[in-house]
Amino acid sequence: MSFLEVKNIYKSFGKTEVLKGIDFSMEKGEVLAIIGSSGSGKTTLLRCMNFLETPDTGTISVNGNVLFSSDETPYSDAEKREKRLHFGLVFQQFNLFPQYNVLKNVSLAPELRQLKGKKLSKAEKKEIIKQIDENSRRLLGTVGLSEKVNNYPCELSGGQQQRVAIARALALNPDILCFDEPTSALDPELTGEVLRVIRELKTSDRTMIVVTHEMNFARGVADKVIFMADGVIEEYGTPDEVFGAPKSEKTKSFLEKSLENP
Amino acid sequence: MSFLDVTRQLADGFGITVLIFGITLAASLPLGLIITFGSMSKIPPIKWITKAFVWVIRGTPLMLQIILIFYGPGLLNWDIKLPRLTAVLVAFIINYSCYFSEIYRGGIESISKGQYEAGQVLGMTKTQIFFKIVLFQVIKRIVPPMGNEIITLVKDTSLARVIAVTELVKAAENIITVKGLIWPLFYVGAFYLLFSAVLTVLLNVAEKKMNYYTA
Repeated sequence: MSFLEVKNIYKSFGKTEVLKGIDFSMEKGEVLAIIGSSGSGKTTLLRCMNFLETPDTGTISVNGNVLFSSDETPYSDAEKREKRLHFGLVFQQFNLFPQYNVLKNVSLAPELRQLKGKKLSKAEKKEIIKQIDENSRRLLGTVGLSEKVNNYPCELSGGQQQRVAIARALALNPDILCFDEPTSALDPELTGEVLRVIRELKTSDRTMIVVTHEMNFARGVADKVIFMADGVIEEYGTPDEVFGAPKSEKTKSFLEKSLENP
Repeated sequence: MSFLDVTRQLADGFGITVLIFGITLAASLPLGLIITFGSMSKIPPIKWITKAFVWVIRGTPLMLQIILIFYGPGLLNWDIKLPRLTAVLVAFIINYSCYFSEIYRGGIESISKGQYEAGQVLGMTKTQIFFKIVLFQVIKRIVPPMGNEIITLVKDTSLARVIAVTELVKAAENIITVKGLIWPLFYVGAFYLLFSAVLTVLLNVAEKKMNYYTA
């Protein structure tokens, strides 16, 4: 059994079928890149895994635990909260909390989670907050932002903001970290710093799914590549297989077009 | 009648003005939020009843509402007789809650979906998302329109005189009718100007305080 197993995911919005039977699996420590043109369902698939959308059918399991099964829906909000924590999500538009400084952006969710509904003495609370604080600083160090902990998101470049968003997602230590086109909202000269962080996470064996338009990145960093078209997985394989010797005509024509206009 | 006597009488009226202002503000700020939740409710009957109520209150003059609340029960032979000041307060609180609720709604709807989703994927509850992420951003956005409405409230308090509550303008009118003096009316203007100047300063401070970030 694989670390992540996604089976038979279908999702429609009204009459539009966006996902038409998605099946794939991945192993712990792997990096999976999902490529494909706009409207192919990549982002919807990622949102399904993060419980931002509810698939119409299918199952999603991590580490042998079934997290989503269309037979069990609807889940309560509390159930969804627990389940989605197996996944982290980095958004295209960062979605940092503008009123909090960089450190608080990272530490807020762990604090709320660890302090909620518990009767703790002041000293215990202080100790937990101190630990979360240290962990948040460490994470911000790994994305190269130790100097910026006290700055506000509006004072940072897009690339720096996205790196804060990565640290924020890591703070809850998800099993699988998902990226939804993490560099699409960035100026070209800022994409490098974000991609570098993702590469570094790979060396520490982070399991990651990256929806991306950066073909060179997908080819260079991913262990497996999925090419999606019209709501199905059109091609799946290692980067060399998908980029080097694509089997499907759709993949070939997509790759030709992407390489023409990088 | 000396300047000091006039000042003393007007100060009494001003006390009532400040009282109406203060109580209306203190009650309408939270009540408005409840109305907002009603008009943004996912349950259609609650949503439409709230929206209809807000439409009626915003679509009719506050003066009419004061008169109706004060005289209405008696005309319907109900056994309720509200004291004048209470009737004024009830009318003001209902009216201003509705205006505030619409400002709140605009503020809440202006927050991007991404902020909610970021909170969701970080495992926050709906309450946490509202109070820890959304609320402050809403407050920052609504301070300017709320400031406008609050300054309007200062001057609207003068409507209380329609049911003979002796607020500032009524106090001045009493002097005119009894003593035949006209200048106290201009003096009244100075009271209002001073009051709104103080509020303007406070609102500017609040706005500046929240300007440490842009979004």
